[in-house]
Amino acid sequence: MKQWIEKQRYLIDFTLASLARRKTRNLGLLGVYTLLVFVLASVALYTHALRVEAAKVLAASPEVILQRLVAGRHDLIPPGYLEKVGRIRGVQKREGRLWGYYYDAVVKANYTFMVPNDGTMAVKRGEIIVGPALERSRGLAAGNGISFRSYSGKLHTFIVEAVLPQASELVSADLVLMHEEDFRAFFDYPAGHYTDIALSVANPQEVRNVALKLAAALPDSRPILRDEVLRTYASIFDWREGIVLALLSAAILAFGILAWEKASGLSADEKREIGILKAIGWETGDVIKMKFWEGLLISLTAFLVGFVAAYVHVFYFAAELFEPVLKGWAVLYPRFQLTPHVDGLQVATLFFFTVFPYAAAVLVPIWKAAITDPDAVMRG
Amino acid sequence: MIFQPAIIALLLASAICVLALAASAPFAVELVRRWDINSGSERQLRLERRTYLFSTLLVFIMTAQLASVLLFVFNAEKMSGMFVGAMCAVGTLNVNPWGFPALNAKIAVFFLAAMWLAINHVDSRARDYPLVRIKYALLLLLAPLLAASAWTEAQFFLNLKADVITSCCGSLFSEGSTTLAAEASAMEPLPAMLLFYGAMGLAIGSASYQWAFGKGGYATATAAALGFAAGISGILAFISLYIYEHPHHHCPFCVLKPEYGYQGYALYIPLFLATAAGLATGAIRPFAGIASLKTVVAETSRRLAAVASIGFLLTTAVATAMILRSNLILLEH
Repeated sequence: MKQWIEKQRYLIDFTLASLARRKTRNLGLLGVYTLLVFVLASVALYTHALRVEAAKVLAASPEVILQRLVAGRHDLIPPGYLEKVGRIRGVQKREGRLWGYYYDAVVKANYTFMVPNDGTMAVKRGEIIVGPALERSRGLAAGNGISFRSYSGKLHTFIVEAVLPQASELVSADLVLMHEEDFRAFFDYPAGHYTDIALSVANPQEVRNVALKLAAALPDSRPILRDEVLRTYASIFDWREGIVLALLSAAILAFGILAWEKASGLSADEKREIGILKAIGWETGDVIKMKFWEGLLISLTAFLVGFVAAYVHVFYFAAELFEPVLKGWAVLYPRFQLTPHVDGLQVATLFFFTVFPYAAAVLVPIWKAAITDPDAVMRG
Repeated sequence: MIFQPAIIALLLASAICVLALAASAPFAVELVRRWDINSGSERQLRLERRTYLFSTLLVFIMTAQLASVLLFVFNAEKMSGMFVGAMCAVGTLNVNPWGFPALNAKIAVFFLAAMWLAINHVDSRARDYPLVRIKYALLLLLAPLLAASAWTEAQFFLNLKADVITSCCGSLFSEGSTTLAAEASAMEPLPAMLLFYGAMGLAIGSASYQWAFGKGGYATATAAALGFAAGISGILAFISLYIYEHPHHHCPFCVLKPEYGYQGYALYIPLFLATAAGLATGAIRPFAGIASLKTVVAETSRRLAAVASIGFLLTTAVATAMILRSNLILLEH
């Protein structure tokens, strides 16, 4: 065993020296390789971070949201509907929610108007609490007044009581929190009606049963499960990542061709080197081993450097290069910092995507180089 | 579902492997028919040179196969969140009828590839390549298997539909159903433990014996196969219960989940490596009589037996540690 390790060490030593002798050529290949890993790893890291972020955001949302449908469209919850839901075993809390969208012609964006349900966010009449994106786009600060023209044409004026913290921006960017009566007056919302119903279920394994019971008791309703929303998000991000990777597969192919070219275009110097090695007693197998180490060293270096660069790019520079494709866009897009997160499966996948094609591409050229006859080279 | 990065990677790897094998098949046929080490003809020289290429290529393919089993299971585990009813890899594999055949085919190819690699290793160390013909004939047998494995895998991935409600491990590995896995799960803990420790002891014993004295290749291989079966049924019957600390949860895949600290990998990786090494000793044993291979086979088998012995020992130790650390009591003292 020790002998084997020693042998490999000498081979690596020799390979490194031989790589250093042809610096420019190898650095070129290494550069392209690193770039490829960098691009692929950026995509993978970024989508994964978005997935994690979405899961974190939804973790605090209610397990089941119940909407009422009329002719297949979302409609208001009429008075008495909440009572019709009745007591369902496993449901801890059920409450009607009030929220809606408001189009602001000034910044050409939609806001979400909402009445907070929990006591911690109580808003007084005539006051509002706004999200950070609104603060930026309308130049608002606590204490300022702002008017919105409601859908009935009347002008309503509110005082900004506070701005929501930056930390919650991913969910609260376009949010405007207001008092229930203000909300009803602003939208001319019929008394006793709600937008939808939120149910919290303690046991995650009961969620599906609760949804079935709801669907049976209220045939005109549509229960939306948090798990389903999460699953949809996960598939959307996976799909986006997959599409980008599929598009980039052309780049992988191009890289494979480049690697093939580089590996097969042996310079006269290299040919002579292999010829001499064989003349002094190296076997074909040894030459292949040396070339194998060469490929492995280049691959691992490129992988490591590319991956670290991608990590820095995604988590310190917010993935500026791929953001538009992967994130989607909106007028009031939230600004948010992604939490660094590396996933084992992703690293493994990435390794398959980059190292595997490289290895496949250089195999034949390596062999061609290794079987060169010493006399043929030295004579020529 | 095809646009999952890991799926693209797996399909890419399979496609490259099958293409490479298809490309080497004509050469293998030519070699089996025309190989003659004593001839100095142009053709023989060309064949000899080509064996270098194809040996390297096949080492590459087989290694890729070994890695892809791991990625396959890892991916199935990760994707379980996307299917209604799936809690772990079992749910994903159950989405369509191709899932489990694909996994089983991959595992079979893994072991066969390991055996082929052992034969290849032995052959390339002998001066006169005595096994070249056998090696390439075996390759021709292995090629359709590998292609079939790639095909089932592709079918599995292409037919993954997110709207299918799959069944979770609770229903597949429960004591009531009639599958082989359920039979193993339904075993009483005490006989299952006796079987597990007995088979492991046998496997460790025969591998260690060969490691020490260099005798008994077939015994090691048989004991390794037995050890593998006992290991899997042991995990189904009682080790999983101790890990989950739950008397009725028999799933062999949930142990791979982050909730259980990826403990399953500590159990499966040594078990698979040990079994592969054990089977490989058996695979090279028939060639021990060939003059140029005598020392090589003896040396390689001892080394493989050492790997098998340590691997089985590790599996047993890890399993025992999990049982001792668990708060579940299956056997009354």
